Amino acid sequence: MSAEKPEEKAPAAPELSPLLEKVLARLGDRVLAHRTARGDDRIHVARERILEVVRILRDDPELNFDLLLDVTAIDYFGQPDDFETKLQVWDRNRATMRRLPQRRHELALPPRGSEPRFAVVYHLTSTRLAHRLRIKCRVPEDDPKLASVTPVWPAANWLERETWDLYGIVFDGHPDLRRIYLYEEFVGHPLRKDYAKHGEQPIQEYVGPGAKEPRRPH
Amino acid sequence: MLDPERKNPAVPIEGNPAAALEELHTPPMRLQFGPSHPATHGTVKITLDLEGEQVVWSDVEVGYLHRGFEKECETGYYYQNIPYTDRLNYSSPILNNTGYCMAVEKLFGIATPERCNYIRVIGCELSRMADHMLCIGASAMELAAFTPMLYLIEGRELILDMVDSLCGARVTTNFVRIGGVSADMPANFADFARPRLDRALKLFEDADKLLTENPVFRQRMEGTGYLSREDLVAWGVTGPMLRAGGEPYDVRKVHPYLVYGELDFDVPVGEHSDNFDRYLVRLEEFRQSRRLILQCLEGIPDGPVDADDPRVRWPGKGRVFNRMEELIDQFKLVTEGGMPPAGEVYHAVEAANGELGFYIVSDGTGKPWKCRCRAPSFSNMSPLSKMITGGQLADVVPTFGMINMIGGECDR
Repeated sequence: MSAEKPEEKAPAAPELSPLLEKVLARLGDRVLAHRTARGDDRIHVARERILEVVRILRDDPELNFDLLLDVTAIDYFGQPDDFETKLQVWDRNRATMRRLPQRRHELALPPRGSEPRFAVVYHLTSTRLAHRLRIKCRVPEDDPKLASVTPVWPAANWLERETWDLYGIVFDGHPDLRRIYLYEEFVGHPLRKDYAKHGEQPIQEYVGPGAKEPRRPH
Repeated sequence: MLDPERKNPAVPIEGNPAAALEELHTPPMRLQFGPSHPATHGTVKITLDLEGEQVVWSDVEVGYLHRGFEKECETGYYYQNIPYTDRLNYSSPILNNTGYCMAVEKLFGIATPERCNYIRVIGCELSRMADHMLCIGASAMELAAFTPMLYLIEGRELILDMVDSLCGARVTTNFVRIGGVSADMPANFADFARPRLDRALKLFEDADKLLTENPVFRQRMEGTGYLSREDLVAWGVTGPMLRAGGEPYDVRKVHPYLVYGELDFDVPVGEHSDNFDRYLVRLEEFRQSRRLILQCLEGIPDGPVDADDPRVRWPGKGRVFNRMEELIDQFKLVTEGGMPPAGEVYHAVEAANGELGFYIVSDGTGKPWKCRCRAPSFSNMSPLSKMITGGQLADVVPTFGMINMIGGECDR
């Protein structure tokens, strides 16, 4: 997987936040990139090493990230994390306003970038030390797979099911990876950017266990 | 060999107990609890396998109220998404408005004026009081205690009157704006609020007396729905449920926002981590919220309620109708939205049920690239199956009631 390095293009930010100093000292080269913006600290990790990284973050007494707040994904469409390329190539609003009225709800999509398409985002906090951290992992479109963090925090169970449901990202090792909001027969993953906002589909007939048999004629 | 005197010979008393149980054994009964059940205030389906009255397996299914909040937000301008947040937790909407608007302000880098922060705290705490009243009242009603519910709903009406006086709406408030609030509070708001707060507290105390020493209520609540402190943290539970387990994690104290850092309030903490402690924590939080509001009414400074930031605030009709530049400015703001710099933020507030976080990713245009809501109800619901499995069927109702799952927020 190609590593994203947003701080290469960004202006140099030499001073590290105290939390990132501790995290970088503990994780070393497992961190591909890091950034502190608007008071939030974030690190980028290769998806193969996510389980290893979160175990360290939870078990290290100085970091003690014991509470998993959130797991979600972002469909970046291959764009870099902070959309540096936006001004040169694409003005989303202008494209939207020239649409025909009946298509105004459709998204004007950016051109596909060269980065892996999705990013899976974890928000962690510590109940004892009161700091927050965001972890991002890029996941490519053709193989949207990632190790589940359910063994570390059972809280990830429903959150990863939701991410699978809405983005179609598969979490390896999840005990029960079913859809959570939509029904099993639903086709597609609605929070992907190429799923149209009114991409309605007829309710599919339920065929699972306990399905009603067709009514016999009298 | 069974005791012949017992009418329901469920417990063998002599001979080989295992063999007798084997003889009596019937397959577990599958019970569908919900999606629309009188004892669940919210649409959720719980599938239970029962051995007698004991739950041996359970599965919780949410998503009946899924409306595509996040998809909807991606196609609206930042200011257009505020009304959607009302519908997340419809029993405490101002808390949701505040959470969303503060996340957007963090994205823009806007600091709101002091008076606005005080008004937001008043709105938030009123919402929290209303939410706790509804939670306790509805849970008590599900345990067949109907009278406290009436007391609490009357008290909630008084609080909704105050919300009405603040923003002109009772439930779908749409009160907080990016960079401010929709209007300054009425000049006589303090005089309007104080007697109503006293009356609401009186009603609340009455309900407290009816419930807390009630033996039936205590037997249903004490010891049920237990989850250890370690499990609560590992399952991502926040809010009154986590604090009832002995963990004093409250976003208002840990990451103070608005003016919570300057106000004086306590965070109640339970020790038994059962439903009764969750109820007691909510009782105390109600009183602390009232204390916060009284402090705000006392200390609120004069001044503007809007950050005068042209990127998000409209110029005002007087100037729009008379000046060309302001007309253009308003036109651009309405049709293209305010445009924050590209980037991402996470901002959390302490909602009535736990940490309510908004994670917004901006691509530099007027619409969010992603607007994620970290809903407390969703994370608090996920260990429900663990909490009810192994207990009695009757314990499902108080446990579910004390989680206080709000469908709009859990299913988004």
